[in-house]
Amino acid sequence: MRIVYFAKVRETIGCSEEERQVPADLSVAGLIEQLAGEKASYASAFSDPARLRFALDQCLVSPTTLIGASKELAIFPPVTGG
Amino acid sequence: MIDIRVQPTAIDLGQELAHFAAPGAGAIASFTGIVRSDDGVTAIELEHYPAMTEAHLQDLAAQAMSRWSLISCAIIHRVGRIALGEPIVLVIAAALHRAEALDACAFLIDRLKTEAPFWKREFRGDSALWVEAKESDTARADRWDRADGA
Repeated sequence: MRIVYFAKVRETIGCSEEERQVPADLSVAGLIEQLAGEKASYASAFSDPARLRFALDQCLVSPTTLIGASKELAIFPPVTGG
Repeated sequence: MIDIRVQPTAIDLGQELAHFAAPGAGAIASFTGIVRSDDGVTAIELEHYPAMTEAHLQDLAAQAMSRWSLISCAIIHRVGRIALGEPIVLVIAAALHRAEALDACAFLIDRLKTEAPFWKREFRGDSALWVEAKESDTARADRWDRADGA
């Protein structure tokens, strides 16, 4: 699947998108935990999960949602438009 | 009619509002968000999630159209770098009467601020800081979960 990052999350990780093999039965929170264990930049970007928002295939989802057959996961801070 | 636009170019307030003046629309409410000059801010920059932004704004507009029986509504949002005093966002709701137009307009901007995937960065000279989301914005948006929005 494609994982896309925005705003401060994108800057902290130093990458705007990447392709990864992700098991369908993994939750969004589970994936975040896995990535945080991989590299210091992910650990830093995901250090406060309450300040992260997620979208699967462009729809907002809660962290407990399973990745399933989704093609794109977006991870970003709370939005600040308007 | 729903008009959704996410654009890097300036928003022409007069022209956009003029489009809404049509026979039948007895009430047109609008909200314009402007770049403020808070403590030394020299410009702001708006990032967004292109694949999601327009679809989400379209969904919000469709909710407002059916909830308040609107005649039409528009959400026009700038992205990229924006100078002090320039409009960031324009929301317009047209209805038969003012109560529907005013409530729909407030609903659209309240929900946009907490749901639509835009992120604001403030520049002060060469330094840039991401704007933090505010709890008060979430509280304003959540009141629309109740039937009357009170």
